[in-house]
Amino acid sequence: MPSKVTALPVRRTFGDTMRIDAWWLQPVVVFVVFTSFVIYSTWAAFQGNNYYSGNLLSPFYSPLIWGDPAHSFTGTLEPGWWPSFLPVFSPAFVILWAPVSFRLTCYYYRGAYYKAYWPGPSSCSVGTSRKAYMGERHFPLILQNAHRYTLPFALLLLVFLSHDAWKALWFETGLGSEEVGLSVGTVVLTANVVLLGGYTFGCHSLRHLIGGGIDKLAGRPVQRAAYECVSWCNGRHMIWAWCSLIWVAFADIYVRLCAMGIWADWRIL
Amino acid sequence: MKTTTFKVWQGNSDGGELKTYEIEVDQGYVVLDAIHRIQAEQANDLAVRWNCKAGKCGSCSAEVNGSPKLMCMTRVDELPADQPITVEPMRTFPIVKDLVTDVSWNYEVKASIKRFSPKTADHGDGSWDMDQYDVERPQEFRKCIECFLCQDVCHVLRDHQLHDRFAGPRHYVYVANMEMNPIDTGDRVAELREELGIGYCNITKCCTKVCPEGITITDNAIIPLKERVVDQSYDPLARLIKLVKGSGD
Repeated sequence: MPSKVTALPVRRTFGDTMRIDAWWLQPVVVFVVFTSFVIYSTWAAFQGNNYYSGNLLSPFYSPLIWGDPAHSFTGTLEPGWWPSFLPVFSPAFVILWAPVSFRLTCYYYRGAYYKAYWPGPSSCSVGTSRKAYMGERHFPLILQNAHRYTLPFALLLLVFLSHDAWKALWFETGLGSEEVGLSVGTVVLTANVVLLGGYTFGCHSLRHLIGGGIDKLAGRPVQRAAYECVSWCNGRHMIWAWCSLIWVAFADIYVRLCAMGIWADWRIL
Repeated sequence: MKTTTFKVWQGNSDGGELKTYEIEVDQGYVVLDAIHRIQAEQANDLAVRWNCKAGKCGSCSAEVNGSPKLMCMTRVDELPADQPITVEPMRTFPIVKDLVTDVSWNYEVKASIKRFSPKTADHGDGSWDMDQYDVERPQEFRKCIECFLCQDVCHVLRDHQLHDRFAGPRHYVYVANMEMNPIDTGDRVAELREELGIGYCNITKCCTKVCPEGITITDNAIIPLKERVVDQSYDPLARLIKLVKGSGD
């Protein structure tokens, strides 16, 4: 690399720009929506109740490994290994690390939350206050390179959420049997799977692993088709990311309010 | 014809200021037309670099109302009419005079990157067999006109001035074009991590937003290259698989 360029223009200070458009709007919206989601999801995770209503399970609590004995995989309220010095156990605690780590290291979200939370810069061609800059070359941000290791867990969650959407299609008849039906809750949980699927299958790491990492895709029709599909989702990654984030919170709110009896899951068919 | 106010930066590496000009703007004027009019009628010594006036030579890069743009592709009637239009030189490079900057650093960086090294030809006439699909993937990167707007907007160069450690989006596009070419045998991944400093990129996507050729720089060039760096440097499993399978493609 050539040596440092000299006689560069004077660096601008934080927020200094000649832009006259509302450049601050996008980082503010990202900050507000992301912070709201983090606050709500943390609150919801700590509740440890009202996550189940009839055939609906909140996506924040799926898969329900420990929890309500009637519905959980293990049939026990909490794991025996849960440290006694931790006063609260919620089934969400053993689930949420997976989607949180996947989203936190996501290439799209990285760009978005860097701008919104530690503005360097807040927007394109807007001055930054940060003097020292290390990028993603050193701890802790070098850990962002582990994004691909969070991908299998995100894909596995999709399987469980699809199973939840399937279960939401079945309604008790009152005669001890079940029948196929459709309620608003079914639509909510199904849309949740579709949106999370669009987001997860558009992952940049998945795109690389499925075909982007090699230079010759001709003669590999299956791999090429998979690469094309992932690339299609990847081209809309931002839209999938925000829609799925908002919808998964909405799905939890919907199930929670059903479970609390504030509203009933309206049966369509 | 309507009168429009322009504020044009004039000066040199020692400093300068925005000077105000009021000119008559014809229908369909682009910013470069306005600059030429100012140059012809009011400021004969105004320095501006331009050539094709068709968005293909990449010469007239500047900052219009604070955003990096090609002056020849920025219509005056698409800018807010109620405020003066500011035109400044690119801030990432040393100023020569007025709107002209010294972009030679980019050519030096490009010359330092490992060259394209094709495999042995498939045929006696020196040609290779390549599937159209595999040709098309890196083809997007060949649209680059080297206007250096992506370099200008990148905060790593613009604000942190890490010109000695970070090559910038333009050169990642250049590397991606070679790395993804099926007949290239060169390996630039270690170079990307070390000398070219791809780890400094924190994916603001500003480079993609300003590219006048619409190259999806971040998603199609930088992130795939970052993933190749992860393969080689940060993913023990990928290294193990590669060791077992051999070098692969």
